[in-house]
Amino acid sequence: MSEPILLEARDLKRHYDVRQGPFKPHATVKALDGVSFRVERGKTLAVVGESGCGKSTLAKLLTLIEQPTAGQLMLDGKDVSGASKQELAQLRQKIQIIFQNPYGSLNPRQKIGAILEEPLVINTSLTKAERKEKALAIMRKVGLKEEHYQRYPHMFSGGQRQRIAIARGLMLNPSVVVADEPVSALDVSVQAQVLNLMMDLQDELGLSYIFISHDLSVVEHIADEVMVMYLGKVVEKGPTATIFDDPRHPYTRALLSSTPRLDPSKRIEKVKLLGELPSPLNPPAGCPFHGRCQFVQDRCKSEVPPLQSLQGRLIACHGVEEGRL
Amino acid sequence: MALLSIKNLTVTFGEGDNPFRAVDRISYTVDEGEVLGIVGESGSGKSVSSLSVMGLIDYPGKVKADELTFDGSDLLSLSANARRKITGDDIAMIFQDPMTSLNPCFTVGYQIVEALKVHGGGSKKELKARAIELLKQVGIPAPESRFDNYPHQLSGGMSQRMMIAMAIACNPRLLIADEPTTALDVTIQAQIIDLLVNLQKARGMGLILITHDLALVAEVAHRIVVMYAGQIVEMAPADQLFVTPRHPYTQALLRSLPEHSAGHARLQALPGVVPGKHDRPQGCLLNPRCPYATDRCRKEEPGLQPYPGNSARMVKCFYPLNDEGSPAV
Repeated sequence: MSEPILLEARDLKRHYDVRQGPFKPHATVKALDGVSFRVERGKTLAVVGESGCGKSTLAKLLTLIEQPTAGQLMLDGKDVSGASKQELAQLRQKIQIIFQNPYGSLNPRQKIGAILEEPLVINTSLTKAERKEKALAIMRKVGLKEEHYQRYPHMFSGGQRQRIAIARGLMLNPSVVVADEPVSALDVSVQAQVLNLMMDLQDELGLSYIFISHDLSVVEHIADEVMVMYLGKVVEKGPTATIFDDPRHPYTRALLSSTPRLDPSKRIEKVKLLGELPSPLNPPAGCPFHGRCQFVQDRCKSEVPPLQSLQGRLIACHGVEEGRL
Repeated sequence: MALLSIKNLTVTFGEGDNPFRAVDRISYTVDEGEVLGIVGESGSGKSVSSLSVMGLIDYPGKVKADELTFDGSDLLSLSANARRKITGDDIAMIFQDPMTSLNPCFTVGYQIVEALKVHGGGSKKELKARAIELLKQVGIPAPESRFDNYPHQLSGGMSQRMMIAMAIACNPRLLIADEPTTALDVTIQAQIIDLLVNLQKARGMGLILITHDLALVAEVAHRIVVMYAGQIVEMAPADQLFVTPRHPYTQALLRSLPEHSAGHARLQALPGVVPGKHDRPQGCLLNPRCPYATDRCRKEEPGLQPYPGNSARMVKCFYPLNDEGSPAV
């Protein structure tokens, strides 16, 4: 048995250097600014937030596409940042990604078979016949038929394409799958099919998911733990039931109340958010959320609230800490 | 009298004996001050039907209808010029993606003034003052300086506000919003929907809200039309539709929402996908995906009928569902 903690991030940071013009000084975008979390084997961590909050940057770091500026990433007990090229190639096989848009993520000029076998060609020394066998096995698992092996992506609907993308992610037997908005491009009825498939695969293969989404009703259904991000920082993190039943951070509350609900009894009083996400080039001082928060006080404008354990969750808010929220 | 009245509207693409029916004999009305929600998955014809109301279906698309009237005047028999006067003046539309609906080469102020100029006119100064007034109404901060911005300088939510300002510039009596918030974040979505509903109430406009998000229309619409493969399958007041869906498709859509299943349970997914151009079945179009389909459903097509005992509700099914959610036999 391997240890239960599969993936651990410690104070992960990713800063980008941006040129604003030939005579202006460089600016720094803090796309990800100190994020820590752990994911257990077979569990799902959902990352929630608006566009520009650093969700996709996090996905890039986790899949080892980019290196963090600072902080540690531990995969299966191994520190990723110190790994050599060969070790990285090995580690990358453990963590795979499914992208948002299945219309853009599949090469239109490759047949499904070739798409699925490409990871094997690069990473293993299997023979052609063995690769085909493996591809067909995975295709059966995700609900595709054998004859689909010879087809091109344009012959499939959105839901089936997303199945192909999932199959490709599973070709190398990963232990973690990062799913970047996997169902937001799909219709409601197809969305349910794909979510079911993802949950079945998790039960069967013991996968851990990092589920990045802005759709809170989907997150509530699939996640074990929720992490709410705002401008590259975690503002609230805890078990799904705790966060959804009793959100404390004003931003989490605003997100939840903005999500339309079918059931009138589940609708909560709307928390109006003023304005939009500030530019990450020029983040406000103090709490990153203070410009849009209706409970703002002087302290919020000058002091960055630390992420601390309160009421069964991690939360970064002066108001909650002081007990006035 | 209804503001917009549509009877047996059909939009076909392609030639020959069997052209593709993107919209198939749909009928509905919108009253002044009413919010009508049109829901359906992609390919159900909801956008094409509203484009045909706006007269925006190009060749080779063909629009046919027994009746397509706006405030008593027949839109199909009008000359192109007379029709253009109505669309834009009295009927306006907001599109899904605000980033691509604005012209990147002109300032947003210029584009709003352009709409005002065509439908009314006035001096340059007056037009600018009115445009700024509109920007204020749709909640754009510092409208005087935003007036001279180009679209790329605006965020998604801001661009959608610009589109709304442009749409309401000529005081339309009917506003068609085609997935106005799909490209936006949740918190911005809530702001935009609030804005639309407030404008609708303040001006007493009719509003057609087209979306695939059932929960969204549940919160704001008065009446809801559910479309499937180009046809209307159910039409009902919003408060009734979500409690007692009468059509199996509506029921399946509602059941497939994650909100409907507790905890980690499997979602009740509707198998298959919306039939496309080449695979439309005989009989009821839903029959290959419907759990209750019988031989009759596979041969005959049901008509859109009032639900027994409730004339406010229409359902296109031989075996409409009862209050317990099982089909009447």
